[in-house]
Amino acid sequence: MSEAKTVPEASMVPERAQDNRDPVPGFDASSEGGPHALGVGGAEPGAERLSNVEAVRLALHEAMVADERVLVMGEDVGARGNVFLITKGFLEEFGAKRVVDMPLAEASIVGVAVGMAMQGLRPVAEIQFADFIYPAFNQIVGEAAKTRYRSNGDYSCPLVIRTPYGGGVHGALSHSISIEALFYHVPGLKIVAPSTPRDIKGLLTAAIEDPDPVLFLEHKKTYRSVKGEVPAGHFTIPIGKADVKKTGTQATVVSYGYNLHQALDAAAQLEGEGISVEVIDLRSIRPMDKTAILTSVRKTRKLLIIHEDNKFGGIGAEISAMVAEEALFDLDAPIRRLCGPDVPAMGYAQPLEDAFMISTERMRAAMAELVAF
Amino acid sequence: MPQLGETVTEGTVARWLKRPGENVDKYEPFVEVSTDKVNADVPSPVAGTIRELIVAEGETVPTGAPIAVIDEVGAPAAAPSPAIPTDKGGPTPLQQAAPRAETAVLPVPATTQRSNGAAVNGMRVSPAVRRLAREHAVDVATVHGTGANGRVTAADVIAAATATTTRTAPISPPAAVIPRGANEVERPSRNEPPPPVQGLIPLSPARRLIARRMVESKHAAPHAWTMVEVDVTDLWAWRMAEKDAFEREHGLKLTLLPFFMFAVTKSLRAFPLMNASFHENGIEVHASVNLGIATATDESLVVPVVRNAEERSIRGIALAAGALIDKARRGKLGVDDLSGGTFTVNNNGAAGSILSAPILVPGQAGIATMEAVVKRPVVRNDAIAIRSMMNVCLSLDHRVVDGAIASGFLADLKKRLEAMGPAGAL
Repeated sequence: MSEAKTVPEASMVPERAQDNRDPVPGFDASSEGGPHALGVGGAEPGAERLSNVEAVRLALHEAMVADERVLVMGEDVGARGNVFLITKGFLEEFGAKRVVDMPLAEASIVGVAVGMAMQGLRPVAEIQFADFIYPAFNQIVGEAAKTRYRSNGDYSCPLVIRTPYGGGVHGALSHSISIEALFYHVPGLKIVAPSTPRDIKGLLTAAIEDPDPVLFLEHKKTYRSVKGEVPAGHFTIPIGKADVKKTGTQATVVSYGYNLHQALDAAAQLEGEGISVEVIDLRSIRPMDKTAILTSVRKTRKLLIIHEDNKFGGIGAEISAMVAEEALFDLDAPIRRLCGPDVPAMGYAQPLEDAFMISTERMRAAMAELVAF
Repeated sequence: MPQLGETVTEGTVARWLKRPGENVDKYEPFVEVSTDKVNADVPSPVAGTIRELIVAEGETVPTGAPIAVIDEVGAPAAAPSPAIPTDKGGPTPLQQAAPRAETAVLPVPATTQRSNGAAVNGMRVSPAVRRLAREHAVDVATVHGTGANGRVTAADVIAAATATTTRTAPISPPAAVIPRGANEVERPSRNEPPPPVQGLIPLSPARRLIARRMVESKHAAPHAWTMVEVDVTDLWAWRMAEKDAFEREHGLKLTLLPFFMFAVTKSLRAFPLMNASFHENGIEVHASVNLGIATATDESLVVPVVRNAEERSIRGIALAAGALIDKARRGKLGVDDLSGGTFTVNNNGAAGSILSAPILVPGQAGIATMEAVVKRPVVRNDAIAIRSMMNVCLSLDHRVVDGAIASGFLADLKKRLEAMGPAGAL
């Protein structure tokens, strides 16, 4: 197990990456600058242009500075400064009591964090890769999510569990999966999956300040490939609010994570052909922003849901059911889902990974087809 | 395929009354449709010529599916109108403008291009299109579709609504919802093989419904059963005395059934819990007695209902029941004839049975049978006498009533039947 977790660090270094101090999966020099540039225009005074991974780091750092109860804990978060260098320098700055290297035991990482949270601290527990979260399932689902209910409100569990997820980085079987559908069935657990630096900063800050457990998902392929403006200083984005990232009239696309950026690219291409697609960034998976989705679907009357996670029982299934329940008579076409295939894992080989990941071209075709329906 | 009832999702074309090339008047029945609830003649939504019968006799299709194409009189030849009966739905501007319709079948004539070969697709409308078409009183069939394969999109409907005054579709008057008896149902089409003497017989809609309701009833209601024997010697004599005059006057045979129904009604008034329905939130005691009569037809079983039996004399019940049974045998019962029963009687004795354990009609607390009247030696005043005896069997919903009430009801019924005799008034 430990080997499985240390090997990828080295094996996932893109061969062309020159900086050995920054061996980060998901870093892809060829896509530096992002599949599209968010927040390029309209820079606010004092705004910084950051990558997603820098936004995570900034949010954590500000929270650590602002609130002594905040601490980070996880595998390699201390001396190593996190495998993506998110907490690099934190150990020196905040000390070992607030930057805690944990053993390779996810159940303990979350279990200890649950206890800390119940006793008044604000732990940010890290699962090094989402693929490793299974041992902590009981601690998350059975303990953290139920704390407030079980104690009749006497205790809450203000815990954040951060974890990088998603594929497209040659992470193969153990460093590629999406886990949102495994957890979104669970009441009492909030799940956030922002895709842009600004949203990451605002939502991670909100998650740390939230009185209840939040599973915070960071798509690792966007860590360095997506950059954007982040306003200076403290701000939060409410958990449970989606964001219309592009307005349109002929179909609604709901997505999140890396797929969101591809969907925006595809929609931008179609815009040039006179096809107008609205793209909603879900941002929060649970609570889900039904209002935003329904408002858009009632306008465009067509819905396409795109996510990298497997199709069967995925987030798209819940969105489809919700829209069918609430807005059937506004629908002018069957609800479509474009999702990861229902295979056990993402293969390492390029053709296998390509087959799993949804290409921008496929998104574009699906959007065009839905608008034409 | 029109929707002949709220829960009906499919219908079977029982018989085409018109053939391709034949003319049909507006509102003239052109097809007989059979569903698991009713049979009905469907009136033509337009006047014109039958161009094409899409669905074969005996074929079952979902409601809303096109079943025929009618070339409308006066319409351009290139634009024949497929008859698309819509479901009954809520009132729409279109329907409000139409004469009040008592029943459900509202076929809306439609003209659409069938030239692109995508007609079936073209006639499937999305929920949004259907809703918008109603809201804007747009006849979807007249809208030019810009979607894939010529599908009419929501945007097309809005464009049509804003563009011009749209053609409004005439609405047909209420269609006669007429269930048919077996003798008509089993009319086979010419090329159909005769029914097999062994092997699998396909379920008719009626058979399927009976099967479902029986299972429902047995599953939901814990049946209890009890029986009394009734001395009907005097009642029999009364009936024999009245029989000929009654038949002369009404053209109807006077059986024991109306006497029995009359007595059952009185007993139900004395034991109102027997005239009740079980619901999860309580027992609904019915204000009036609507007596169902289990009636066998050649292949089916129907239960027409004599309403407000408590307001009727024996003669009144006899006439009402006679009319219903006659309609049942001719397959002419309507939905109203079959709904609203609160208790059911079954004249099993007519076939010689002396004892039966009937299954409750779902939603009713009791069902009583009249068994065969047989002359038997019985003890009267410590002497053997030959009397006309009849068993009365009762199945009851044990959720609603317990044995004591059921026994009380039967004892009361027995007393009333035995008190009936030639001195009474019909």
